[in-house]
Formats: sequence, C-alpha cells, structure tokens
Amino acid sequence: MSGQTLVERILSDRTGKRVAAGDIVITPVDLAYVQDGTGPLTFRQMEKMNLTKAANPSRSIVFIDHASPPPRRELAADHVYLREFAAKTGMVLSDIGGGVCHQVAFEWYVRPGDVAIGADSHTVMGGAMGAFASGMGSTDVAVALGLGKTWLRVPETMRLDVGGRFSKGVYSKDLILKVIGDIKTDGATYMAMEWGGAAIESMPMTERMVLSNMAVEAGGKCGPIASDQETKRYLREHRREAEWKEVRPDADAEYTQRIEVSATDLEPMVARPPQEDNVVPVTDASVKGLKIHQVYVGSCTNARFEDIQVFCSLMKGEKVAAGTRLIVTPASRESYEKSLKSGLLEVLIDAGATISSPGCGACPGVHGGVPGDGENVLSTTNRNYVGRMGNPAAFTYLASPATAAATAMYGVITDPREVA
Amino acid sequence: MGRAWKFGDNISTDLIAAGRYYHLRSNLPELAKHTLEDARADFAPNAKAGDFVVGGRNFGKGSSREHAPVVIKICGARAVLAKSFARIFYRNCINIGLPAVVVDTDRIDEGDDLELDLTGGKIVDRTKGITLPFPPLPPTMARILEEGGLVAYIEKHGDLVLA
Repeated sequence: MSGQTLVERILSDRTGKRVAAGDIVITPVDLAYVQDGTGPLTFRQMEKMNLTKAANPSRSIVFIDHASPPPRRELAADHVYLREFAAKTGMVLSDIGGGVCHQVAFEWYVRPGDVAIGADSHTVMGGAMGAFASGMGSTDVAVALGLGKTWLRVPETMRLDVGGRFSKGVYSKDLILKVIGDIKTDGATYMAMEWGGAAIESMPMTERMVLSNMAVEAGGKCGPIASDQETKRYLREHRREAEWKEVRPDADAEYTQRIEVSATDLEPMVARPPQEDNVVPVTDASVKGLKIHQVYVGSCTNARFEDIQVFCSLMKGEKVAAGTRLIVTPASRESYEKSLKSGLLEVLIDAGATISSPGCGACPGVHGGVPGDGENVLSTTNRNYVGRMGNPAAFTYLASPATAAATAMYGVITDPREVA
Repeated sequence: MGRAWKFGDNISTDLIAAGRYYHLRSNLPELAKHTLEDARADFAPNAKAGDFVVGGRNFGKGSSREHAPVVIKICGARAVLAKSFARIFYRNCINIGLPAVVVDTDRIDEGDDLELDLTGGKIVDRTKGITLPFPPLPPTMARILEEGGLVAYIEKHGDLVLA
C-alpha cells in the first residue's frame, strides 16, 4: 500500500477510516463559515431545510466583509439578517472592520488537520495551516453549518515541489502566477494542489498563504501545505500554540501529477486581463511601462501586515505618481493595527494613499475603488475577470505588493527590482 | 426542447452574476435580469423556459456564489452544457436542481434546437439531427439532482446520507 498525500491523511483522520483519492466520504466539518454575499442565501436555505440550529456554534462564523461598511440599503438589510441569524443560533459574528473572512479565519480559527468549509472560493487559503479547506456554495455550507458534516470526493493531488531561493523582489505571488500561467485556470480542476520542497519549508506563513489562496484560480479544490515548525510559530504568535500539531504527507505518497519549480529562476510576474493565466514577466513589453490609473493593495491574497511592509519598504519617503491613485485595504484588524503601530500607515498617508477599513474592499467590485471606463488597475488581488472590480470596461493586472509599490511610484507598470 | 445559447470558454461567475449587482443578491428575480450580462447582454431579456446555456471549457470558474446557477435557472434554463465545469459551480448546479452536463459542445451551434434526455444520457440536437452522449453523473450527485436538489434531499432523508 502506498503512502498518503496530505489531503488523504487529513480526511482519513477526520473520517476515521483510511481513504484514498476518488473515494466519496462524509466527513465532520471542524469549521464552517459564510460571508455577507453568500450568508443570506445560506441562512434562507437552512430555514427551508428546518436546520434552525448550528451543529457547532462556536466553530460557525458569520463574516461581514464584502460590503463592509455597507454602501447600500439592500446590503445593510442583508447585514441585519445575518446579525439576527447569528444571534439566534449562537454563531460567531465578525462584523464590519474585522477583515476578510479567510484572513480572520486563518488568524484565529483554522487549525492543523481541520476540515474547513466556507461559502467563498478563497476558503482554500486555510490549506496553508495544514488543513483541508475548501470553498462551497451556500446550500452545501447550510448543511455543513446545520449538520456539522459534508460529503465530498477525496481529490487527486498535484504535488508542487519548489526548490531554490527567491531572488530579491520576487515573492510567492510571482510563483503562483507563474504556475497558473503554465497550467492554466483549469489545470488543477477538482485536485488538491499540495506545496512542498525546500523553498516552501523556509517560507514564512504569510507567503505560504498566497499559494494556498490562489489554488482555486487553477481550479483546485484545496491547496494544502504541511503543518511544521513555521505553522507552530504562527500559532504561537496568535496565542494558539496548543492547537498545533504536525500534519505531513507520507514520503511515498502517490501523486497524480508532479510539478517542479525553481524559485531561483522566477521573476516578478503580471497577470493581464481577462484572466489569471494570462501571465508574463514584468519585463514583458506588453506590460512594462503601461499606464496605471489605480494601484490597489487589498484582499485575502496580499494585504496582510507583511505585504504592507514590503510595499512600504519600497514606497517609504516616495509619493504616488501624479495621475495614479493608491488604495490600501488591510486584510484584517490585526494587519491594520500592526501597520498602524509600526508606522506603516504614516508611510502610506505621506505617499498619498487612501486607506480603507479592513474587508474585501475593491476586489470583488462591490465598492471601495471601482475603476472608471478604460482605466487600468494594478492590483495585489486574485482575479482580473471582465467586470471583477465592478466595471466591465476597466482592466485589472495582478501582481505582488512589491510590483504594486514600484508601479505606484512611477504610475506605470514597473519592475520592483529596478526600485529596491 | 429549447434553444442553444452559446458561450465561449472560461465563463466566470463574475460574468454570470456580476459584483456590481451584489446588492440584488437577496432579490433574485431582479438579479436574474442581469444574468450573463457582461458575456451576452441579449441572453437574459430573451431566454425562454426550456432553453440551454451552452459553454465551452471551464464553465463557471471563480467564486462560490450559488447565485450564479440560481439566476441561470430563473432565466428558464433547462440545463447548462459544457465541455468542462469549474468544481464549485458544478456542485452548486446539482444542489439547486439544475442539470450540469459535460458534453462535447463544439458540435452544438448557436440557436440549435436541443433536447435533454437525462436518464438516457444524451443530448439530441434536432437542428442537426445528431445525438451527443454524455457520461452519467456520479451516483451521489445523480441522486441529489433526481430528488430536486440538496434542500429536497435533506428534507426527504432528514440527514446527509450517501446514495
């Protein structure tokens, strides 16, 4: 019998029987959550199914993050419904200003070995904790909240081994963009994208999170990374060390596909519209020097304290270029507070940035930075589809916080290695 | 019988239910008026009950918003046909009782008159006089769809059980 992949191990542990890729299982759900765009439908579905209670209220979370604070009456009404439902069922409420669901869930709730289900596709970010974390629709999450379990097919695994060392100015965002550019937006459909190798082992947690976060951009069901000493350090930093346990794949695990990447060879990358796999190096003539009207640092992908720190290390003492706007939306209250206390918000304000309250901000096009017709946005977010940021006549380019900083300084897409 | 509305590869849930209509998510009939608006503005105003949404590869990629298949269903679609689907969208379709069928859609043209035989596993293109077979759904999903979606399934069984 061959060994198990990370996701096979987690699901075997949670279901109490040895499972393998292709098996259909019912598994307990250790953490379930919704956000304000998917929660109202989830709760209406719970009411229809007469699931009036949460199976595990303290592990069921209602996040108000997408329309936070609400820009419209209809959305304020959704929030009222969510708060009432949370109060009635005893679910945890993370209200406006708390931050993006996946970020807050990662800081305080996701544990190594957990099965985490969220009504939002970027729930996959929890994989960086050594968990099985996957996004589902409202009705599936309604069942997970109400019954404390879900059904799923144990996914095949694509193993991504990353060796070498990242060069200056190159980050995990560049790595994931490169991989998505290579395998395309359906390259990992239905699969687990398991990351490992020397460059992942030495990577700080906040950088690992980017890789897990964007698994869904390649169609992945989850993006697990082994729980190790870095995981323990992160949990300790959040006063959760007791929740740590080691979770690793077996050395002889059977992978459906293996991809090897050298971090040493990577360059800063840019995903051009209209989708995440339209990727070129920042030096490519199609992007280098392109006029950018708005630089956006936000979302669950790249708006943590550490991302703002990278951004500010380049931006310090500089001003945003004339004709370019800079909006920064910290991913969570923790990132916001750390940025404040370490003086980063001052760097941003001096540079001319607009800083908005923690949440999803401009990323999904609800509010907080909808671009104008014909405008180009350079964004640290995860998607650049037509209409994604709220205007189908605007264009979104995805890149790292470092590339965002260099671009904000010059008002055109700029290689961060030329600025640092 | 219904008309084929053809779409290309990689139709995202942002194209199906755009973020700028976020405030309409608790008003689904109103949200449905904007279904697929940024891909084909003529779809929502003209789609009729029994019509088919026909995509290419990776249909429904992106977000988990169940509103995407829901508004397609409200527009009257009998089914969504595609060469392949993004995972969450596919599961959402079945959960709301909207058949999502993996089939070779290259052979279907815009405006073709189609018929779905779910139990027989085939699409009949009456315009072309051809039959396009498709593999059966995995048993768990087939049962959920057969019973009208996940809400009906849970109501009937009183629990989450595997078919």
